[in-house]
Amino acid sequence: MGEMNYSLFFIDTFLLERTLVYIVIMQFFRRGSLQVEIIKDITMIEGIFVEGLIYGIMVLGVFITFRILDFPDLTVDGSFPLGAAIMATMIISGYNVFFALAAAFMGGIAAGVVTAVIHNRLKVPNLLAGILTMTMLWSVNIRIMGNRANLPLLKNETILTDIVSWTEGIIPSDYTILIFFFFVAMAIKFSLDLFFRTDMGLTLGALGNNEQMVISQGVNINVMKAIGVGLSNGLVAVSGAFAAQYQGFADVGLGTGIVVTGLASVMIGEFIFTSNKIVVLTFRVIIGSIIYKAIMYLGRYYGYHIGLTPNDLKLLAGLLIIACLMIAQGKKRNYFRRWKNDQA
Amino acid sequence: MIRLENITKVFNQGTVNENTALRGVNLRVKEGDFITIVGSNGAGKTTLFNTISGSFHPTSGSIFFNDEDVTRMPEYQRAKYIGRIFQDPLLGTASNMSLEDNMMICYKKGFKGLKISLNNKMRHKFREELKVLDMGLEERMEYNVQLFSGGQRQALTLLMTVLSHPDLILLDEHTAALDPKNAALILELTDKFIIERKLTAMMITHNMSHAIKYGNRILMMHKGEIILDISGEEKKSLTVEGLVKKFYDVKHEELTNDELLMSHE
Repeated sequence: MGEMNYSLFFIDTFLLERTLVYIVIMQFFRRGSLQVEIIKDITMIEGIFVEGLIYGIMVLGVFITFRILDFPDLTVDGSFPLGAAIMATMIISGYNVFFALAAAFMGGIAAGVVTAVIHNRLKVPNLLAGILTMTMLWSVNIRIMGNRANLPLLKNETILTDIVSWTEGIIPSDYTILIFFFFVAMAIKFSLDLFFRTDMGLTLGALGNNEQMVISQGVNINVMKAIGVGLSNGLVAVSGAFAAQYQGFADVGLGTGIVVTGLASVMIGEFIFTSNKIVVLTFRVIIGSIIYKAIMYLGRYYGYHIGLTPNDLKLLAGLLIIACLMIAQGKKRNYFRRWKNDQA
Repeated sequence: MIRLENITKVFNQGTVNENTALRGVNLRVKEGDFITIVGSNGAGKTTLFNTISGSFHPTSGSIFFNDEDVTRMPEYQRAKYIGRIFQDPLLGTASNMSLEDNMMICYKKGFKGLKISLNNKMRHKFREELKVLDMGLEERMEYNVQLFSGGQRQALTLLMTVLSHPDLILLDEHTAALDPKNAALILELTDKFIIERKLTAMMITHNMSHAIKYGNRILMMHKGEIILDISGEEKKSLTVEGLVKKFYDVKHEELTNDELLMSHE
């Protein structure tokens, strides 16, 4: 029962707030500047949740390809900045913000469909198909942003500035953004839950598990893969579009390592609880994303005690995945042993 | 209903590994036929099934379903008419999905839309159907299929295949991977479903006594050809010894395949 020990470790990180309060008190004794530290930590917790929710939309996309479709899709590294680029360019050109968001979503879908078609038509392994699209998207993204690698959005009206101006004087702006992203992430999560209960959604679920079974039902699996990978990248692009608005710029390098972020978040989520209910699966994806962001924030703010710099965060992300894989493998081995005992 | 005309299948054509798996096979399957197929390893039984189901296309010859030429039709389109059960019980169901989800996916063939069909009415229907299997699966509809035994999964695959009303069922040694008790159970269920629901089926088996006991027609394959095709009264009075003798009369060589001669009963 290795499961228990490991989940205890993650419950610890789950009780993040308590840890933070402890750290704050420790620093108060050390430096005597309680007020500054508390303000810093509250904005930090708010930042963790907002970023966790924004990136959670992307992680839902990664979850669809990696876990449901069993189609390791690296297009994500390109479709995330694609969403950001489309959003930023259209905002600056004066389009309606919601129209721009829809366009980002469609752009992401198109990128995913390109990957699926390369994979289906040319019989290229899915990893390679994703890398091809991702590489091409680098140039496409720079084109979209008008041959620039970076587009600042600081003086433009975005969805976020709109929302904040609507609730001005009622709720502090930081909380408005937090509440807004909570509802956006939940709306997307529940639409996905609904989608995966439809006949098409169920078939997508079976596709990652047993292609032969889906073929036997008279379903064209190439079309199904295009739908699944398209939907996934659409979500990733929406996530990128929100990330650009939250950070105040779109950058062509925004997507580097997004797959790793997504995968690590999915894996962290899987340690929280096991279930076969899609409602629970999508929920733990978002929780996983928030925990991942928390770990990264901890690494960024408190890592200097052990000599970590922000440049080490990618290494941290990779090590996190390796740790998750090792734990998961240990679990599987235990499970297999139990299964064998049952047979005997 | 199904007609194979001069089907030939050559693997690795033009190389040193060239291998002719089917040599000019002609076959007519009538509606309501329950055909058993025997033959030693490499006789072309599974190649015949793969050609009918469209897993690959024949090198030459044509296949007709109800007089429609389907020789070049992709597998997923042909699957609307064909229900196929494999030897591996894992191939018929999706492990990480619940029993009811699996049944819903297999309930209707063809493109799946954005309708939520799995409702309580459907669940009730599935529960009633599962009772026929007498395995207590109707109480475990929300469990993932991976928790079930090979026998249970194969029984479930059989039931789901039958429920989708295919024109033809292909059974590719579907009891070979199971223990004797479960194998006998699945075979009885298969026979019951096919007779009760008036289905058309073809079943590959390695067990000659099963091939003789079940079905109304028996085919024996040898080196890519159908060498015996026995049906009607002649099939009913057939014995294993009689079949071996017939093989000798046709091929003038001894049937020495141990696996084929071995009966598990």
